[in-house]
Amino acid sequence: MSESALSIKNLKKTYASGTEALRGVSLEIPAGDFFALLGPNGAGKTTIIGVVTGLVNKTAGSVEVFGHDIEREAETARTYIGVVPQEINFNPFEKCIDVVVNQGGYYGIPRSVAIPYAEQLLKDLGIADKRNQTGWSLSGGMKRRLLIARALIHKPRFLILDEPTAGVDVELRREMWTYLKTLTSKGVTILLTTHYLEEAEQLCKHVAIIHKGAIVASGTMQDILALHDEDTAQKRGYRGGKLEEVFLQLTSEK
Amino acid sequence: MSPQQKLTSFYTIVRKDVVRIFRIWPQTFLPSIITSVLYFLVFGKVLGGRIGEIGGHPYITFVVPGLVMLAVVTNSFSNVATTFFQAKFFARNIDEILVSPTPPWVIISGYVAGGMVRGITIGLLVIIVAAFFSPLPLTHPFIVLLFLILSSLIFSLAGLVNGIYAKSFDGITIVPTFVLTPLVYLGGVFYSAQALPPLWQKFTFADPIFYLVDGFRAGFMGFSDISLGVSLSVLGLLTAILIALNWYLIRTGLGLRQ
Repeated sequence: MSESALSIKNLKKTYASGTEALRGVSLEIPAGDFFALLGPNGAGKTTIIGVVTGLVNKTAGSVEVFGHDIEREAETARTYIGVVPQEINFNPFEKCIDVVVNQGGYYGIPRSVAIPYAEQLLKDLGIADKRNQTGWSLSGGMKRRLLIARALIHKPRFLILDEPTAGVDVELRREMWTYLKTLTSKGVTILLTTHYLEEAEQLCKHVAIIHKGAIVASGTMQDILALHDEDTAQKRGYRGGKLEEVFLQLTSEK
Repeated sequence: MSPQQKLTSFYTIVRKDVVRIFRIWPQTFLPSIITSVLYFLVFGKVLGGRIGEIGGHPYITFVVPGLVMLAVVTNSFSNVATTFFQAKFFARNIDEILVSPTPPWVIISGYVAGGMVRGITIGLLVIIVAAFFSPLPLTHPFIVLLFLILSSLIFSLAGLVNGIYAKSFDGITIVPTFVLTPLVYLGGVFYSAQALPPLWQKFTFADPIFYLVDGFRAGFMGFSDISLGVSLSVLGLLTAILIALNWYLIRTGLGLRQ
């Protein structure tokens, strides 16, 4: 049996407001996978990511990252994870290089080691010339790339991308996917959430669809695409990609 | 994380804050120095001569330790409360540390050390400025240093509790305005507790800042209202309570995690 990068069992989360965000989610992501977690807004994707990264306290269930429980072995589990959040969350007054190097520091990487690697990451992501500019002066797409560089500074084995291409233009999105595919070829496991389903369809080996806090379908991309119902799709009128139509079959309220 | 990696993480938190503190010195150091100069002018040149001596020292010499404490306490507190709250509330960049393997006690130590650097630096600057206005006997330098460190430690820890727990910008302005300032002014900065009626003495003895001011003053002037052993015990207990409270808040994520 192959190693799991992420193993979630019966995960539940009820917020203080009473909102039941996750209702017993179970998920396995094999090491080295490019995995898509899809769902409409408010389905529970970001809550899952929050629990895995330690920003949201779970109500019940268990989560392991490369076999390490995120609560009992939090320090070890977190060394494996790099996260690119949905919202821009770096200090806008810090220089780009400092945003990345300081993040390395929080993982115990000395500046003498972090600085050359951070420079390499900024170069790989096409923002090397912004090295000494503050974060707030960057365009939306550059901010997203800075978030990716920050997430990679400690060479994580498991990269979580929460809608990383929201608001990013087509050309830049393609560049980002090309870069991320090189990471998976080096063995990095990627968990992606996105509303651009055609991208998920092209990039990901496995997919799970979450709706109202529960997984409604999961499997290989072929398994999910096999759920496609041509009649239902035709009745909708507008035709999208195959994954998009399956997604609507499973999650549409109309 | 290995001890070396934890040290690197601690250094990163402290370095980031200290670079900021010194980069924006007109905001972090200058206001307290100007305020202190004004106090020294008023108490030294205008009022001091009319009040007379306390314990054989001019009134301005008596108030200097209290005014140094005033600067140390308010700067240590506000530095940590504001820095942490801004990272939590505005850019949400506190997540950078929370997703990392940095353990809670390193996060606490890092933020508190930043506040202590600012508090102690301000304290030393105000002492230097005070020397231009008043003779400053340095009877017990070790006690001066000990209380300078203790005051910045305690109020950095208190500022961190405030920064973690505050849910809005009001939450970090209310405490300094309505709690910290009255405590400082009623903590014996401008008077000796022995000059107070018994009831007001009890109120003063319930104020933790009194023990800081009294001990710090003893370091300069060689006399105190209360024994140093009592002061150190009260302050030690307060430090332990604040460390435990911070650890609990960061560990459980109360006010930080959803």
